[in-house]
Amino acid sequence: MNVPADLKYADSHEWMRAEPDGTVTIGITDHAQAALGDLVFIELPAVGRVLKAGEACAIVESVKAASDVYAPISGEVVAANSDITSTPEKLNEDAYASWLFRLKPADPNALAGMLDAAGYEKLVAES
Amino acid sequence: MVDFGGWDMPVNYGSQIDEHHAVRRDAGMFDVSHMRAVDLAGAGARDFLRYALANNVDKLKEPGKALYSCLLDPNGGVLDDLIVYFLREDLFRLVVNAATTDKDVAWLRRLIADRAPHLTLTPRDDLAMIAVQGPHARAKVWQALPGSEAATVRMSPFFGTQAGDLFIARTGYTGEDGFEIMMPVEKAQAVWNALVAADVKPCGLGARDTLRLEAGMNLYGQDMDESVSPLASGLAWTVDLASPRDFVGKAALLAHPGNAQMTGLLLQDAGGVLRAHQAVQTPRGAGEITSGTFSPTLGKSIALARIPAGVAAGDIVTVSVREKSLAARVVKPPFVRNGKVLVA
Repeated sequence: MNVPADLKYADSHEWMRAEPDGTVTIGITDHAQAALGDLVFIELPAVGRVLKAGEACAIVESVKAASDVYAPISGEVVAANSDITSTPEKLNEDAYASWLFRLKPADPNALAGMLDAAGYEKLVAES
Repeated sequence: MVDFGGWDMPVNYGSQIDEHHAVRRDAGMFDVSHMRAVDLAGAGARDFLRYALANNVDKLKEPGKALYSCLLDPNGGVLDDLIVYFLREDLFRLVVNAATTDKDVAWLRRLIADRAPHLTLTPRDDLAMIAVQGPHARAKVWQALPGSEAATVRMSPFFGTQAGDLFIARTGYTGEDGFEIMMPVEKAQAVWNALVAADVKPCGLGARDTLRLEAGMNLYGQDMDESVSPLASGLAWTVDLASPRDFVGKAALLAHPGNAQMTGLLLQDAGGVLRAHQAVQTPRGAGEITSGTFSPTLGKSIALARIPAGVAAGDIVTVSVREKSLAARVVKPPFVRNGKVLVA
């Protein structure tokens, strides 16, 4: 299982990367894409939308089924990856290069409470 | 792995879409040992099937010939869909769905007890089945299984023949050429491995579903069941209402022909994937999707839907996909056959 050490993780299977400008880039994990199977449709939140932690805000749909993506932290959407909506299969190829959206976090320290790579690996192993 | 009619079966071995394309472009195989061959033996077997099945077994003239038929209940509901092979006048083989096997056998045994108690019905639990499908499927089977070529090289589609301990039929559930091969259970692993060695790609239930949907073929339990008529399931072509022959369910179908039809839908808008149970709005009233998926061959979402009669191919309907209403075009299935897209 590919779980990069430099990222943070949510128990709902999103990854988060802290950017130098204070924003947080968010995607779904390699484990999540493998469980979903071949992705064929992705819908992302609009830029400017304000999300609460735990709110369903994006949809990833595979040949098998549709699944919600949750905002792992609260914040305002500052960017959405329009490339991935036209080529959803790229998310299956590399889940960490294929980010979904970027938030300006409501709490600058929001990532502190998230899982690290070891914690996420443990979560998946026990699920 | 998922439970499918009591069988643990793989949804996919690797990428479901790669498995789908392997069948459309080359050759893929499915372990379909969950499907059950049921042999009907005894003098007058044809006469019994003439009454038990909605399609007319009198169409089976040459030994080995296969026929697709519904098994109806007296109300005209679909108990199962099956393939029947005419092997000899006193031996026919039915191939039925996994989840319905026990129900079918119990029903047929009741009919036999009433009408032809000398007939015997034998579920062949001793047989496994592998479907090898795709434009190169037959050539790869011939390469992998010695003796199979001589037995089947001149066999037309929708025929089956015994070749040693293999029963090889030129049938399938994908819209491609190929074989469905029955064999003693203990031989299945060796046959599978020989096909792997001949570069036939193992495919799971996921690809089987996208392939059959592109081919416009119904899935029992999803597109039809006891609660619906074959006439509302795109299966009128398999129900012989014209001849004087009586069969189970005929009177009910004639009394209640219904006002619904099964059609194909092709999603026009971006916004998701068509799925079973989504509501369909048409100019003639509401309907529902019975099966929907993303078609790897078309690169678009497709569906089978039960909608009011009178809605015609080319009409635009709207489908509720989550909170959105998306436009879909009514098309006549199949969507894809023999690698070719048939809907523009």
